[in-house]
Amino acid sequence: MKIHEYQGKQIFKKYGVPVPRGIVVRTADDAEKAAKELGTKVVVVKAQIHAGGRGKGGGVKIAKSPAEAKDLASKMLGMMLKTIQTGPEGQKVQTLYVEEGLDIDKEYYLGVTLDRATSRITFMASTEGGVEIEEVAHKHPEKILREGVDPAVGFQAYQGRKLAYGLGLSGDSVNAFVKFCAALYKAYVETDAALAEINPLVRLKDGSILALDSKMNFDDNALYRQKDVVEMRDVAEEDEREAKAKEFDLAYIALHGNIGCMVNGAGLAMATMDTIKLVGGEPANFLDVGGGATKEKVTAAFKLILADPAVKVVLVNIFGGIMKCDVIAEGVIAAAREMKLTVPVVVRLEGTNVELGKQLLEKSGLKLIAADNLRQAAEKAVAALKA
Amino acid sequence: MSILVNADTKVVVQGITGSAGSFHAKQCLEYGTNIVAGVTPGKGGQKFEGKVPIFDTVEQAVKATGANASVVFVPPPFAADSIMEAADAKIPLVITITEGIPVNDMVKAKRFLQGGATRLIGPNCPGVITPGGKCKIGIMPGHIHRPGRIGVVSRSGTLTYEAVFQVTGLGMGQSTAVGIGGDPVNGTNFIDVLKLFNDDPETDAVIMIGEIGGSAEEEAAAWVKANFKKPIAGFIAGASAPPGKRMGHAGAIIAGGKGTAAEKVKAMSEAGYVMAQSPSELGTTLVEAMKRKGLKV
Repeated sequence: MKIHEYQGKQIFKKYGVPVPRGIVVRTADDAEKAAKELGTKVVVVKAQIHAGGRGKGGGVKIAKSPAEAKDLASKMLGMMLKTIQTGPEGQKVQTLYVEEGLDIDKEYYLGVTLDRATSRITFMASTEGGVEIEEVAHKHPEKILREGVDPAVGFQAYQGRKLAYGLGLSGDSVNAFVKFCAALYKAYVETDAALAEINPLVRLKDGSILALDSKMNFDDNALYRQKDVVEMRDVAEEDEREAKAKEFDLAYIALHGNIGCMVNGAGLAMATMDTIKLVGGEPANFLDVGGGATKEKVTAAFKLILADPAVKVVLVNIFGGIMKCDVIAEGVIAAAREMKLTVPVVVRLEGTNVELGKQLLEKSGLKLIAADNLRQAAEKAVAALKA
Repeated sequence: MSILVNADTKVVVQGITGSAGSFHAKQCLEYGTNIVAGVTPGKGGQKFEGKVPIFDTVEQAVKATGANASVVFVPPPFAADSIMEAADAKIPLVITITEGIPVNDMVKAKRFLQGGATRLIGPNCPGVITPGGKCKIGIMPGHIHRPGRIGVVSRSGTLTYEAVFQVTGLGMGQSTAVGIGGDPVNGTNFIDVLKLFNDDPETDAVIMIGEIGGSAEEEAAAWVKANFKKPIAGFIAGASAPPGKRMGHAGAIIAGGKGTAAEKVKAMSEAGYVMAQSPSELGTTLVEAMKRKGLKV
């Protein structure tokens, strides 16, 4: 789950991670008021959308007066902000964060996430703050300092000092940075975060260390014990169908093609999309109905797929292991009848009771196209598009 | 022979009275797995299916039955605790089926296992099966397997079944099939399993199935290039997945431009894997890999 920058900063503040003063606004008038209240020579007006790359997309602007803050806010609110992470249509800006201007001395990058290779929560720090950190990681991996945390003892002060001196910090900034990291680790662990990224982290002219930005993602599997985090969910930022799928416990991701997919198992679902592309088609979605797909789940999945107007063919690919193919066939038939299907459906069934399943599909009288394996199913789906 | 589990494996099922645990324990029993005990706190003294004794703790189960492998079906909030309980009882092999365990719980559990004698398989995996030993520990459909000499290792459940089904369909069988799971923190990685297959005289060739996210496949490829002697076929799921989206599995996500299918396929091809373009070709790709190494199929 993702949250907004201002929400991440609320969490930071709660755990003692220093952040600039800021005010959340949803109207241009409130932006003017916020700028006055902050009282600094300049303020920064920041669009709050979940995608990164806001600065380059025109979603972060400096205002030299409250009147300018109002003017900028009126232009930003309601705009479709396009960044490298939003896709071509952009994301509608509905909330702004107005922040105090600061005397910045230097910018850094600090990120915390799981390092899969060591199975440890790992700090990554770099002097190359504010720029494309992914590019730095790719071209100059030596410029990124890393510290893995032993979960048995937590983040240690020496690790903070290693990072601080590695970044070239000195004087009071070293201790400020060590405290910053310790607080950030606590925030990360206690909220079950999956990512806490601060780009940039800044040192001010007075030596203090602040999180100028905040990007936090959370472990979906731990949300059951993170009520405060769940309350920060902004459904307006999420794909409507993906949110709907969650209600039925279906893993669904909307894509841009026209072949709808219903598959059991995440790996097989990905492989189905891959095979569609391989034979010249474009998948409309990723959809894993799970190992224990029931008739109800299959129906819900069909509805989701067909709610996408771009879908012109549906490909059903089920490897019935514990689930029997005849039960799955019944589900497909029931869903097809209930939905009064108008698009062709290619079905590939394999596994337990496959012959029985195929017989049921044949006898149903529905216009289903049978396939024997995945590649053939993908080819038949692409052919059905052209028919 | 085989790897990890065989006819001598004595299994304790943690969470045997839950809905998933009881359903799959029954299936495993039907397959022929030697399930010697179950554990559900508060239900000690009862019997499962009228024959398998249930204990309150894993320690009691091990003392009474000599169980040497455990399978965990405990719900996600309590699963990491169950893994640590099994390790505390000195069980050498813990196979965790549970999907959806919080990452931070697994980070702690894995640290707990460090330096100990317990090997963890999973979590979020279909389990391990050795058809020749009639030993199925997990949720895979037993009937698609045949005793044979092909090793299978995979991050994905249903894709493992695809591979197994095609191997069986080609008239071959499996020495052991291992699901290592789709989570970002898992107990046993590809290299661990490939080492075992490399040393197993009854495994002739291997199919390895990976997916996007992380760098486990690249690391495995580097190890295979330097060490692996047997024919190996591979497949990576997720070539068409968009970056930044979690594709069902918690671990299947392309983040920061890392973990793409293209990088993995390249690393594996260069390491000597014969790669399948689609899971439909897993079986035929294996045959090709075997022929290239001069093995009769």
